[in-house]
Amino acid sequence: MPEARRRDGRDQNMSYIAKPKVTHPKMPRNSLGLTVRDYEGSVSTLCAGCGHDSITAALIQAVFELGIEPHMLGKMSGIGCSSKTPAYFVSQSHGFNSVHGRMPSVTTGANAANRDLVYIGVSGDGDSLSIGMGQFAHVIRRNLNMCYIIENNGVYGLTKGQYSASADVGSKAKKGPANRQMPIDPVSTAIGLGATYIARSFSGDKQQLVPLIKGALTHKGFALLDIISPCVTFNDHEGSTKSYAHTRQFYHHVIDADFVPPAEEIVTAYQEGAAMPVELHDGSKIVFRKVDADYDPTSRAAAFSFLRDSVNAGEIITGLLYIDGETGDMHDLSGSVDEPLSKIPYERLNPGKDALASVMKRYR
Amino acid sequence: MSSVNDVVIKVATVNGTGSASANGLLLKSIFRMGIPVVGKNYFPSNIQGLPTWYEVRVTGDGYQARADRVDVMVAMNAQTYARDMAEVAPGGWLLYDSTWPRSRQLNREDINVLGVPLSKMCNEHFDGARARILMKNIAYVGVLAALLNIELEVITELLEETFASKKKLIASNLEAIRLGYDYALGNFSCPLSMNVKRMDKTRGHIMIDGNTAAGLGCVYAGATIGAWYPITPSTSLMDAYKSFCKQFRMDEESGGKKFCIVQAEDELAAIGVVLGATWNGARAFTPTSGPGISLMGEFIGFAYYAEVPAVIFDVQRTGPSTGMPTRTQQCDLMACAYASHGDTRHVLLFPANPEECFYMSVQAFDLADRLQTPVMVLSDLDIGMNDWMCPDLQWDENYRPDRGKVLTAEQLDGMEKFYRYIDSDGDGITYRTLPGEHPKGSFFTRGSGHNKYGAYTEDSADYQDVVDRLLVKWETARGMVPAPVIDYSKFNKAAILSIGSCDGAVKEAMVKLKEKNLGVNYCRVRGFPFNDDVREFIEKHERIYVVEQNRDAQLRSLLILDLDINPAKLVPLLHYDGMPINARFVADKILEKHARGQAA
Repeated sequence: MPEARRRDGRDQNMSYIAKPKVTHPKMPRNSLGLTVRDYEGSVSTLCAGCGHDSITAALIQAVFELGIEPHMLGKMSGIGCSSKTPAYFVSQSHGFNSVHGRMPSVTTGANAANRDLVYIGVSGDGDSLSIGMGQFAHVIRRNLNMCYIIENNGVYGLTKGQYSASADVGSKAKKGPANRQMPIDPVSTAIGLGATYIARSFSGDKQQLVPLIKGALTHKGFALLDIISPCVTFNDHEGSTKSYAHTRQFYHHVIDADFVPPAEEIVTAYQEGAAMPVELHDGSKIVFRKVDADYDPTSRAAAFSFLRDSVNAGEIITGLLYIDGETGDMHDLSGSVDEPLSKIPYERLNPGKDALASVMKRYR
Repeated sequence: MSSVNDVVIKVATVNGTGSASANGLLLKSIFRMGIPVVGKNYFPSNIQGLPTWYEVRVTGDGYQARADRVDVMVAMNAQTYARDMAEVAPGGWLLYDSTWPRSRQLNREDINVLGVPLSKMCNEHFDGARARILMKNIAYVGVLAALLNIELEVITELLEETFASKKKLIASNLEAIRLGYDYALGNFSCPLSMNVKRMDKTRGHIMIDGNTAAGLGCVYAGATIGAWYPITPSTSLMDAYKSFCKQFRMDEESGGKKFCIVQAEDELAAIGVVLGATWNGARAFTPTSGPGISLMGEFIGFAYYAEVPAVIFDVQRTGPSTGMPTRTQQCDLMACAYASHGDTRHVLLFPANPEECFYMSVQAFDLADRLQTPVMVLSDLDIGMNDWMCPDLQWDENYRPDRGKVLTAEQLDGMEKFYRYIDSDGDGITYRTLPGEHPKGSFFTRGSGHNKYGAYTEDSADYQDVVDRLLVKWETARGMVPAPVIDYSKFNKAAILSIGSCDGAVKEAMVKLKEKNLGVNYCRVRGFPFNDDVREFIEKHERIYVVEQNRDAQLRSLLILDLDINPAKLVPLLHYDGMPINARFVADKILEKHARGQAA
C-alpha cells in the first residue's frame, strides 16, 4: 500500500490509491464511447466482502450504461463506511464528502445551483436514520432531483459495531444482548413523507440493482434506494437480521423493474397484468414485472399497506415499490428558470445603477 | 427646556396594536423636513400583548446613536405608565390617553402631563374595533405634529404615498391626524418649547435598516441561492432579498426565477445548502443570529478546511443561549472568529450601519470567492432592524463579481493534470474547479485529512503541509479585508478602538470629551483578521479604550490573540444590557477610567 502513495504526487490521482486502468480493445463501449473502466474510482478501503463494494460495482455499471458524462455527475455523501464509497466510483466526477448526516442539505444546495448535473447521494443507516434523520425527511419533502442510496447494514462499522436505528427488534449483535428498540424503516418512512421513487434491494443482487439505480438516476425527483448491505465484520453472524444468510433466506422479489432507455422500444410482449411500463420524464421507461398481479406501484396507500403486511410476514420485500412521475422537483416547486442558476451571467443578475436609484425613493 | 431640532420622543404602546406604521410616519415626516433623525424600536419577543417602545431622536446635529433622555413620552400603555413617566426628563412632557383619566398615577410635579381623549375621539369617528385601535395611533401622531411643529403637508404627502393603492385609507388616516392635531391646538399651547423646524440636512439620504440593505447587497452581488432558517433578528434580511428578487430577478421571457430560496429545516441544513451551492459555482448566503452560528459550527469548520466559499450574516442578538432575542449585542465575535472544532479561524466583516451592510455584503461575496472560505458579516439587531439615516446607496456599473481562482474548461483542457490544493502563487490560495465543467477538473471535496493533491491522507507531513498553507492564506486575507476607519491626531495619546454599531455613540462621545478637554483618537475596525493599520494605530497610543457591546471584552480578546497586543494597553469599556450603546455611557466611562488612570 505505501508504495502507491508517492509523496511527490506524480501519477497520483485524486484518489487514495489509483487503480490501474487496463482497457481491452474489445470492451463494450457506451453511447459516449467510454468503457466501464472510465467509470471506476480508486481501490476500496472497506473490508473484503463488504456489501457496499457490490453496490459500488452496480453504480458503476448503471452510470456506464446510461452514458452519463463523468463530469456531469455529482457524488455526494456524509460520514461513515457508506459515505467513503463515492471515492470508489467515477473518479472523473466531483465528489463532496460532507459532514455526518448532512449530505441532503449539501445536495440541495448543489442542485439549487446547477440542476443540469446528475446527483448520487450515498448514505448509510446511521447517516440517514439517526444523525441525519431530519435532513433525510426534509430532502424528501423538497422532492430534490437526486438518487439517494442508503447502504443499510444495521450497524455502525467505523466505531465498531453499535446498533443503528435500522436494526430489527430481536436482531443480535456480535456481542451483547439483542436489540429491543423499534427500527426505523427508511422505505415506509419515505412513503409517508412523499418520496416519488422508492425501491429496496440487496447488495448481493446486481441484476436487480442496476435497473433500479438507472431508474432512480433518470427519475425526476427524489429517488430512494434502500439497499440491504451486510456488514461482514460486525453484522453478518447468526441471529443478525442484516446478514447475507438472513437476507437471502427471507428475500422476496415482489416487483422487479427493467429500465428501458428512450431510444429502445419494448419488444418483449409482457403478459397483461404482469408488466406495467411507467414513462419517465425523458421518455425512458421503467417496466414493472409484477410477481403479484394486483400490486399497483403508483398507489402510495397500496405500497404502504403492502409493506406493512410484509413486515408482519417477516419478508424482505425488494423491488420498485412506488413511483410518481408527476410531482415536480424542487425547482418546479420553486419556479426556477430552466438554466442552472450558477451559469447565469452576472449581467442578467444585476439590476443596475438606475434600478438602485429608483429603489432609493422608497426609503426617503 | 427649549430647543429646536434636538428633542427625543418615545412612544410606549402594546405590541400588536399597529403602532409601527404610526411611528414610521412620525420618523419619516421629520426626516422629510430635512432634519436628521434616529429611530429605535425596543420590542418584545412576542406577537401581541407585551409592552413595546419606539424612540425618535430628532438630532439637527446629525448624531447617529440612541438618545440618553426622553423629552416627550407618548404613554399609550397603561401597564407601563409608572416606568414611562419615570423616564421623562425634568421639564419634559407626558402625553396620555385621557379617555380614562389617571391623574393619581401620573403625578410627577416636574413634568407636564398632557391628556388627550384619543380613544374617545376615535370611537366617535371610526367604525370597527381594529380601525379604532389603529386610528388611535395615527391620532397621537397628529397631536405630536401640533406639539412639535411637524408640517401637516409632509404628513399628508407621506400618507398619500403609503396608501396610493388604497385611497379610502388616506381619508381616514388624515381624519385621525386632524383629530389629534386640532385637539392639541385647542387645548395646549402649541408648539412646545422643544420643537422641530425645517432644515436641509437629509437631501441625498435615505432611512433604511441594515437587513434590507444587506438583502439588497446580496442581489447586487449576484447571489442566486439563499438558504435560511427563520430567526430574529435576521429574518428581515431574507425577506428583503426575496422581495428585491421578485422585483429584479424574474426572467422576462420565461417568468422563471433567477434565484432560489431554500427555507431549511434548521441552520445546519441552511449552511449545508450554501456550501453545496458555492461548491457548484453559485453565490450563496445564509442570514442567521447567534444560536444559528452555534448550530452551523461543524459545517463552518468543514468549509474552512475544505476551502468552500460561504457568506454568513450574523445579525447578533443578546446571548447567551436564547438570551433576549429582541435586544442587541455584539456578543458573537469570538464564536464567529473561531467557529468549529480544530484549528479554525474565519474572516469577519463588521458593518457599522446599513450603508456598510450594503457594501460589505457585496464585498463579503468577493472575499469568500477569492479566499475560498466562509466570510461572516457581523451586524446586530440595532443595525439590522432599526431605520438609520444613510447616504443614498450607489452602484458602480463597472462592478463585476471577483470569483477568485476558478479554472475554466479551456484552462483545464490545456492542463496535464489538476490538483486542488497546490499553492502555485504563494499566497496560500489555490485554484479550484467547478463541477460540470471538465472531467480533468474533478476532485474530491472532503473534511477528512487531505494532502495538497486533494487525496485522503493520514500522513503527518502531508496533513501539516495543508494546514500550514491555510495560515499563509490567513495572512493574505489580512491584506484583503476592509481597512479600519481612523480619526488620528498626533496630539492625542489616548484613543478609542471600537466596532460596528458603537460608531455613533463613540463619535458623539468624542465631541462630549472634547468639551471636557479630553482629545482622543479613534479607530473603528471593519474586518478580521485585523490588518496592519490596526496594529499601527494601537502601537501609536499609550492607552486604548476598547468600546464594545458584550460582557467579556471579545473584541479586546481578538486584538490580543490576533495581533499579540500587550493586554495592559487595552482598557475594556463594555456595554451589554441589550439596549444600543449611547454617547453618555461612552463619555462618562472614559472620563472615569481616564481619571483613574491618571491617579494611578
